[in-house]
Amino acid sequence: MIPAAFDYVRARSLDDALARLAASAGSAKAIAGGQSLLPLMKLRLARPETLVDIGRLAELRGVRKLADGRVAVGALTTYDEMMADETLGHYGLLEDALPNIGDVQVRNRGTIGGSIAHADPASDMPAILLALDAEIVARSARGERALPATSFFEGAFSTALEPDELITEIRLPGGRDDVGSAYRAIEQPASGYSIAGVAAVVGARSGDRWGFCAVGVTGVGEHPYRASPVEAAITSGASLEDAAAHACDGIAVASDIHADREYRAHVATVIVRRALEAAIARLG
Amino acid sequence: MTADMLGQRVKRTEDQRLITGKGRYVDDIKLQSMAHMAILRSPYAHANIRSIDTSLAKAMPGVLDVMVGADVPYNPLPMAWPAGGSAGLQNNVNMPRALATDGVKWTGEGVAAVTAETPEQALDALEAIVVDWEPLAAVVDAEKATQSGAPQLHENAPNNEVFTWTVGDRDGTDAAIRDAEVVVRQRIVNQRLIPNPMETRGDIGLYNPGTDEYTIWMSSQTPHIQRILLAIFVMGIPEHKVRCISPDVGGAFGTKIFTYADYVLVLLASKRLGGRAVKWIEGRRENYQSTIHGRDHITYLEIAGKRDGEITGLRVKTYANLGGRLSTIGPGIPTTLYARVLSGCYKIPAVFAEVTGVYTNTVFVDAYRGAGRPEATYVVERAMDLFADEIGMDHAAIRRKNFIPPDQFPYENPSGLGTASGGAKIYIDSGNYEPALNKALVMSGYLDAEAARAEARKRGKYLGFGLSSYLEVCGVAPSKWIGAVGEGWGAAMWESSNIKVHLTGKVVVTMGTQPQGQGHETTYAQVVGHELGLPIEDIVVQHSDTQGTPFGYGSYGSRTSSVGMTAAIKAAGKIREKARRYAAHMLEASPDDIEVDGATYSVKGSPDKKKTLQEIAFALDLAFDAPEGMEPYLDETAYHDTPNCTWPFGTHVAVVEIDEATGHVDLVKYVAVDDVGNKINPMIVDGQLHGGIAQGVGQALWEGAVYGDDGQLLSGSMLDYALPRASWFPPLELDETVTPSPVNPIGVKGVGEAGAIASTAAVANAVNDALRPLGIRHVDMPLTPQSVWKAMQAAKGGRA
Repeated sequence: MIPAAFDYVRARSLDDALARLAASAGSAKAIAGGQSLLPLMKLRLARPETLVDIGRLAELRGVRKLADGRVAVGALTTYDEMMADETLGHYGLLEDALPNIGDVQVRNRGTIGGSIAHADPASDMPAILLALDAEIVARSARGERALPATSFFEGAFSTALEPDELITEIRLPGGRDDVGSAYRAIEQPASGYSIAGVAAVVGARSGDRWGFCAVGVTGVGEHPYRASPVEAAITSGASLEDAAAHACDGIAVASDIHADREYRAHVATVIVRRALEAAIARLG
Repeated sequence: MTADMLGQRVKRTEDQRLITGKGRYVDDIKLQSMAHMAILRSPYAHANIRSIDTSLAKAMPGVLDVMVGADVPYNPLPMAWPAGGSAGLQNNVNMPRALATDGVKWTGEGVAAVTAETPEQALDALEAIVVDWEPLAAVVDAEKATQSGAPQLHENAPNNEVFTWTVGDRDGTDAAIRDAEVVVRQRIVNQRLIPNPMETRGDIGLYNPGTDEYTIWMSSQTPHIQRILLAIFVMGIPEHKVRCISPDVGGAFGTKIFTYADYVLVLLASKRLGGRAVKWIEGRRENYQSTIHGRDHITYLEIAGKRDGEITGLRVKTYANLGGRLSTIGPGIPTTLYARVLSGCYKIPAVFAEVTGVYTNTVFVDAYRGAGRPEATYVVERAMDLFADEIGMDHAAIRRKNFIPPDQFPYENPSGLGTASGGAKIYIDSGNYEPALNKALVMSGYLDAEAARAEARKRGKYLGFGLSSYLEVCGVAPSKWIGAVGEGWGAAMWESSNIKVHLTGKVVVTMGTQPQGQGHETTYAQVVGHELGLPIEDIVVQHSDTQGTPFGYGSYGSRTSSVGMTAAIKAAGKIREKARRYAAHMLEASPDDIEVDGATYSVKGSPDKKKTLQEIAFALDLAFDAPEGMEPYLDETAYHDTPNCTWPFGTHVAVVEIDEATGHVDLVKYVAVDDVGNKINPMIVDGQLHGGIAQGVGQALWEGAVYGDDGQLLSGSMLDYALPRASWFPPLELDETVTPSPVNPIGVKGVGEAGAIASTAAVANAVNDALRPLGIRHVDMPLTPQSVWKAMQAAKGGRA
């Protein structure tokens, strides 16, 4: 339970951090809250030679409105800071999910950027960003790029980030009056990670059907995904029950000692339905 | 007059230091130039060791010493409780060595130990040890391990059998089952648990080269026993050469009773370093692979009776998984502490049990909170519900019909509380089971069960009520019985206490029992305060150092209050008697004319002529004026061998709701009516019940050690082993009946394990009750959402 020996350096600025990461050729890792990295290091499953501490880079913290109406959440913003932010309070799915992430220590030390970069296939934030069609801004010494969430999560603990890139902010769509959103999950009781976690955004009612539906699912597949067959069923007027039955279409459903393939696939449909119901209820 | 605190809800003396971070656990102890040990553990469940190369490790920074199995010049760890030992039953014994030599039998068995200046350096050096392994096939299931073709662990244990042991009336039970109107059969599993005390284990070994003596600090429940076992049985040295000290122990639940390899290793390492202290502390993951696991029974039960609900026979075959090698008293748990009490609080006339202890490539198994009695209660309580369901009888009614009636005590149960030899029998001395059942039924709303079920259905939930009427045997144990009950335990189970009244009038009580969080510093003071008429603030309880406490057998089996405190009461009685005689001397009266009221010793008829215990102590401790024949000082020791065990009982009722869509089980109500006799401190009793109930519910709903078929522990940490959280429980509603025990002067029975013994069956019965309308008969624990949902799906598909 003691990490292998490592060097530690505190970044003086974002550019300093990026320069160090670029020069290290993969032997250095950034650390912010450390809530995912430190446990891995203690088990010696991760053995970075150098930790570059970016935790004090204030420019990466905080929530702000962008000119185009979107909301930018700095990568170093903690879950607790997000819970306290008034703008984010309008997002029902964040209201549901944030208080249940980890525990008090995790919520005060863990950052949204860290969670997304770590990409645990059962963590909650990726499903939420997928359902919100968020944009993830990554910077390196070579420049900056914006990655859509829908192509960001490539595998378990694997993202589109290059080793020398840091996430600087995550851009969420601006609030809408015509949609409701919700997050529902069934957890594995030991770790609290989701066996199936679902973020749903539904709205834009037009006639007898919903014009807008986005469903992000975590815990079920190799990596978090958008349940497009569910979305298509909803927007073509299917009942919630019928739409939810498509929760795992085309997905290699995961299996472990807590939930095997059969149960996990079933409970995914239940949680998808409950998330859709709760999202619709928020529309009043 | 000093207030008598016996029976009062006194706040605990030890809590001030324990909850403000001032407790002193093994890891808090830092000795001068202390070195640190790390143990290399096998990554394979079953493997031969072709060679171990420690040369690189020895050269690493800060490394002081590296040991492998061949470096340990001692005997293997001792076997203290074979099953049926004194009846001559063969046990195929295989005990761990301090470090494995030729091969390993479970993932986590230690093969090398590094001692270094710092814990980090010790851990780094482990990675440099090169082991040439020859992996072998592994087996983890106890039943499968006995079948032909299974990998064999030990040459002396064909079919991986440790023993096959029986108890009860074989022929009578066979006849009862053969001739019964109704027989119900069921395979049930009591799954393996990982105990999880808050403090993991650890030790510090310190050798004194000048005196050739050893001191070991250990997080242990049994310092005196460990001293004997380590010195005499393992190291082969006189017992005075080892001193064992248990500082504050942060929970144990049985895991810290036994003799562990690390005790030997830190003592040997200190000697090899010429007397530097050596500390070893395990992390939680290491604990999961090297400290004992609990339970792990596979049982085939047969319960027979009449259509009117009268049970006539109970026959049981149990495979008890004991792990890769035996722990100190592993065989005793599924034999005496399980099968001898299978009939519980029922008057079942014919009982027979056959238990096969089995080796598998898993961590060794031994006593864990309840130690055999939770397993027995689970068997008989599931059996009662299954039989009731078969004949269409109410679950409460069938219990009522079969309870041992209150006029039949002392009761000798037919599954063999008596001995196979020697005649040292014990009987269930007292009991009155119906009032507790009735109270629990009223408190839980059981009488309105049908309405509650219907209302829950409207919300998409299946609701169930589960009963658990339990009898437990604790306050262990009469020495003649435990030694002769057929097991050859070879030891005794009496207790000791010494009381000194100081010059200042303060009292110091020492004893052979050993707290791990039960609050003994408070409860012993309440008892001795009552006996001597002194305030508990003037009574100090000092425990846990074998140098300075009289020999005793430690704390487990809920024995401290019945056995340990009776020794303290006897010692207090001797103090009072000597004080009376000296008071007579001081007051120039005859001892027969001295009256004792609390701490006041006065002359009959002349109440102004009196002395307090403090005044007597002051004079007698100095003793310039002792009468002829009286020795100075107020210092008395007493030993107590209990004439019987004690017999707590009660009924718990659990109410659960099952989510039809996900199979998730919600515990919505929990009622416990327990009879633990008189209570020294009702607040502490409540705390013991709360914790025990939570642990038992944990087994029913969430916990379970999971091994892959290759012997890897898949539930290797708290990320995958689900311990109960307080927020998952409704308020626990406790009530009582009080039938004082006739076995000790206070009338207490002990309560440390009762909660865990009752609760698993209550919740399991509730879930099975909720699923009964779907045609489901029995679902094994843990009753996870997946298990429950799959059972519901199978039932809907017509396969219940």
